[in-house]
Amino acid sequence: MPPSAALLEMRSITKRFPGVLALDGVNFTLHRGEVAAVIGENGAGKSTLMKILGGVLEADSGEIRLEGRPVEIRTVQHAIAHRIALIHQERNLAVGLNIAENIFLGHEPRRWPPLPILDRRTLHRRARDIADRIGLDADTHTPVRRLSPGQRQMVEIARALSLDAQILVMDEPTSSLSQRETDALFQVIRELRDRGVSIVYISHRLGEVREVADRVVVLRDGRNAGELDRNAADHAAMVRLMVGRDLSQYYRRGHPTPGDLVLELRDVELRGRPGRRISFQVRRGEILMLAGLVGAGRTEIARALFGLDPIASGEVRLDGTPLLLRNPFEAIRCGFALVPEDRQLQGLILDMTVRENLSLAELRLIQRWGLWDRRRERAEAAEMIRRLGIRTPSLAQRARNLSGGNQQKLVLAKWLKLRPRVLILDEPTRGVDVGAKQEIYALIDELARNGVAILMISSEMEEVLGMSDRVVVIRDGETAGELTHEQLSEEAIIARATGAV
Amino acid sequence: MPEPLVQSSWRERLQSARMILIMLLVLAVLIAYVSYSHPRFLSRFNLENLGRRVALLSIYSIGGSLAIIAAGIDLSVGSLIGLVGVLLPLLLVGHEMPVWQALPLVLALGAALGLLHGVLIAKFNLQPFIVTLCALLAYRSIARTITRDMTQGFGASFEGLRQWAVGTWLHVPIALYIMLGVALVVGFFLHATVWGRHLYALGQNEEAARYSGIAVDRLKIAAYTISGFLAGVAGVLLALDTNSVQPADAGKSYELYGIAAAVLGGCSLRGGEGTVAGIIVGATILTVLRNLIILRGFSSYIEDALIAAVILGMVVVDEIIKRRARRKTGRAV
Repeated sequence: MPPSAALLEMRSITKRFPGVLALDGVNFTLHRGEVAAVIGENGAGKSTLMKILGGVLEADSGEIRLEGRPVEIRTVQHAIAHRIALIHQERNLAVGLNIAENIFLGHEPRRWPPLPILDRRTLHRRARDIADRIGLDADTHTPVRRLSPGQRQMVEIARALSLDAQILVMDEPTSSLSQRETDALFQVIRELRDRGVSIVYISHRLGEVREVADRVVVLRDGRNAGELDRNAADHAAMVRLMVGRDLSQYYRRGHPTPGDLVLELRDVELRGRPGRRISFQVRRGEILMLAGLVGAGRTEIARALFGLDPIASGEVRLDGTPLLLRNPFEAIRCGFALVPEDRQLQGLILDMTVRENLSLAELRLIQRWGLWDRRRERAEAAEMIRRLGIRTPSLAQRARNLSGGNQQKLVLAKWLKLRPRVLILDEPTRGVDVGAKQEIYALIDELARNGVAILMISSEMEEVLGMSDRVVVIRDGETAGELTHEQLSEEAIIARATGAV
Repeated sequence: MPEPLVQSSWRERLQSARMILIMLLVLAVLIAYVSYSHPRFLSRFNLENLGRRVALLSIYSIGGSLAIIAAGIDLSVGSLIGLVGVLLPLLLVGHEMPVWQALPLVLALGAALGLLHGVLIAKFNLQPFIVTLCALLAYRSIARTITRDMTQGFGASFEGLRQWAVGTWLHVPIALYIMLGVALVVGFFLHATVWGRHLYALGQNEEAARYSGIAVDRLKIAAYTISGFLAGVAGVLLALDTNSVQPADAGKSYELYGIAAAVLGGCSLRGGEGTVAGIIVGATILTVLRNLIILRGFSSYIEDALIAAVILGMVVVDEIIKRRARRKTGRAV
């Protein structure tokens, strides 16, 4: 790395939210033409720090210097003027507009400049240039709606480049990308770096961080926990700094003998996948993992079991009795619980409080004439928060203000309150940091030990291998094989998931 | 950390009541000003009249805001008021139907039409705006057709029945007692029952509500049914009060006044927000404002423009306060 003066210096940045000190005197330095990764558990303050840099939030105190000169970044417009671009975790594209229109949204080229007449030819020519630079080969007239997540990510990067950004902040850019798209993204990141763009890369995926970062900055509980150079940044070192301790015990301990048969699917045909049959069984105290490629139909199985979609044919049996699940409430009454894929959209009501979210699913069960015991609701909510170690300043905190890992624990708590017999978990650790992940694993393990039948969907191979008692591989809407714990290997799963067997 | 969890957070509660408190303050200042500048405001005649108008507006506004809380909208309210309003005298006077049949019949009609809207919206997945817009057009047209566009009234008869709308008890208009009853029932439904909590959840995030096992469709249907029923109640009161119901005009644009009162009272058109108390305060402000405009002798043509300016001003102030709070807490960026 060039030891020249830093491009960006953030000094003793402090930011307080109600009840939480999000950043406590954090320092961050970025050099020209470097990729600096910022890692840390959810709630460590990474996103807050970057939102301050991008002008989305204002720091309570601290100083930001660009090329040695102090600057004020109080709005997103200030940040853009200083050529700082933030690529949000949440996608910020107008999906009805095409690629070129999205890239230049807000700063479209005009035909006769002061007049607001769009110059389409220039728009598409310049969009094409930028798209070519980052290897986005789709036609610039394509509506963004038709693009894959990876291509959308590229459009966002193109947009930042169209603003001539010298600092590019990417917050979890790969969370919805396939492996190929991720590789392509890294290629683009390296090329941009070599051209002198500085990149801040925020991620939970330590493997990716190792691959792409020149330097790793670790935050913990709103403070600097340390920095690692490219060659010192191995997996163990990063985790140690993130959680402040070694993580020797990551996954499950042992595989207790499962109990009686609880859930059985017999030749179940999902809607929209005619002729494809799914059969498997889940026992008491067992963790059955559904493995497979994205889009193989695993989430659809979860939705069907939870009564969100009807099944086309076949039979679902609970304790040997055939079930007809017409809506989620019936599924809940039968003892099913579903921790859905998208916690913010499907799992929580973000603007409701922690307490309200916790009792959302159970109220219909405990109500009498529409009323319920609010004191008990409060006490039970507090008890759940203690049991799962959910970090929140109060029960009245809105779910929106919790970190990702705590939001996910909140969703889990909401369902555990119902004491489910069959717990379906759809990607329960997606976008969750290492520490919270471990807590969630421990919780799932404990539930299985207490006799809950667990059906889990995961796309993370380590998780599939580490957490499952048994794996059922789903391919293209049907069961493509079953692997006991002894037969389990990455190769065996991939072979079945891709149809190589 | 465990201890404060169980405490109720009064600050949180205060924040959610902020809008109502501000509005109450505005209302108090408004009333103080009008009473001072226009002593006629405090005359018994004016106050009773004011009370009846507040009652009418509150009743249909509470109904319409249930649809708003469910992240929908009910544009049919005004036409439904008109339809029920002409139907009641038509049945009583024109067809000589007994009161005990006619009154339940028109109220049931309101509820049934609301139910129809709800079913179309929840089960057929149609957009609330479109369904209730069609209803708005259709009911007005039906009201004019069945009356051949002739003004309906009770003449000098049905004095007893009309007391429900024009009479007073303990110097307070009876209509206000009816409003109070409606407010208590709906307020209880919204703020004390599981269904109310579910309605707010549905309004804020329908997907998560569905995933939580909430009966989303039934709640939506209930919201529009109650809205239809309360529009019916308002239609009856309007007919009894004015004793002269013009099919083309009765209740016209009332759905918009209802929405205005709801918004003033803290409902968000994005859904999931609003309280019955707030709506009543909103309705009262709107009515007092109108009264002030008339007392000051402004032309009635300018009335709506002035009211629009006030609503817009208040909503802007609320948005500015909200934005400050958001920036401080880092919410919703």
